[in-house]
Amino acid sequence: MAAVLRTAGENRASRVHRIVLRVGSLSGAEPDALRFAFDIVARGTPADGAVLDIDEVPARAVCPDCALEFDADAAFITECPRCRRICGDLRQGRELELSRIEMS
Amino acid sequence: MPSPTPQVTEYKDRDGDVFRVIVPGPDPVFAVDLRVPLLEKNDQLAEANRRDFRKRGILAVNLVSSPGSGKTALLERTLDEFGREVRCAVLVGDLETDCDAQRLRREHVPVAQITTCGACHLDAAMVARGAENLDLGGVRVLFIENVGNLVCPASFDLGEEIRVVLLSTTEGEDKPLKYPPIFKSAHIVILTKTDLAKPLGFNEAAALENIRRIAPGARILTVSSRTGEGMVSWYAALGAALAGG
Repeated sequence: MAAVLRTAGENRASRVHRIVLRVGSLSGAEPDALRFAFDIVARGTPADGAVLDIDEVPARAVCPDCALEFDADAAFITECPRCRRICGDLRQGRELELSRIEMS
Repeated sequence: MPSPTPQVTEYKDRDGDVFRVIVPGPDPVFAVDLRVPLLEKNDQLAEANRRDFRKRGILAVNLVSSPGSGKTALLERTLDEFGREVRCAVLVGDLETDCDAQRLRREHVPVAQITTCGACHLDAAMVARGAENLDLGGVRVLFIENVGNLVCPASFDLGEEIRVVLLSTTEGEDKPLKYPPIFKSAHIVILTKTDLAKPLGFNEAAALENIRRIAPGARILTVSSRTGEGMVSWYAALGAALAGG
């Protein structure tokens, strides 16, 4: 929230209309909980009433042996579907970031 | 930021001079794309902690587990054995009480309790404040015993060099599968209370396999803080980390 209001201030905006977050499936953050918390912290600020959109980022991993990129959402186990090697090389899925603010 | 589209109206007075009235239109909505981590503030403070600890030659170790997995017992024995050779300090977090700080307090070990007053995890700011209350002179290893919780501590970097996640034999073999984020973030996973494995019918091989599946990059150790079994490998891991390995 601090980053939203700081960015709005830097851009001399008085109202925030829409906020986009990128949330990885392995980030540990629950989109519903984020929405609930957002409504509370936004109250009385220029972001009051803003739409919160959440882009969910699926977890993807890369096998160090065969370089295959694959989905890693299944129970957090990054097992290469081709060579069955279990590796820890996550390419994406841990994101928890503010990616866009629309304001005026 | 794009400027708003103003409405311009021109008026002519009797002398023929032109006046222009500019009424700014409604401010248009514009977008800014950015990539700011939501835990930006904690991440920055954690980075500052890490720089500070490194500068002072201190290895910061964040110990995380469920309540009752044996974090304090592991530290008690570690301070009595490893702590005699290498100067250690402890920050210990709990919602209330300083019971753990009392258990850990020793003449050769500075200990400070962080009481979170209900918060379910330590954050980087609490660790920075806690470290100010400790005499870190000559300290090589700072143990940070997190609040017993396998969920939230996963998201909060404290500025540690090593994250150690404990799993005790009393918790069951499937814990790593049930709480994967924290296990995935571990550098070292310690299976504790191995002296109880037999009476509990604990399947150690299955537990180790589950840890490996979730955290393939983590070092896995098995210890009993009560009997001392396996503690040597834990001290060796700490020694290797101190030596930069």
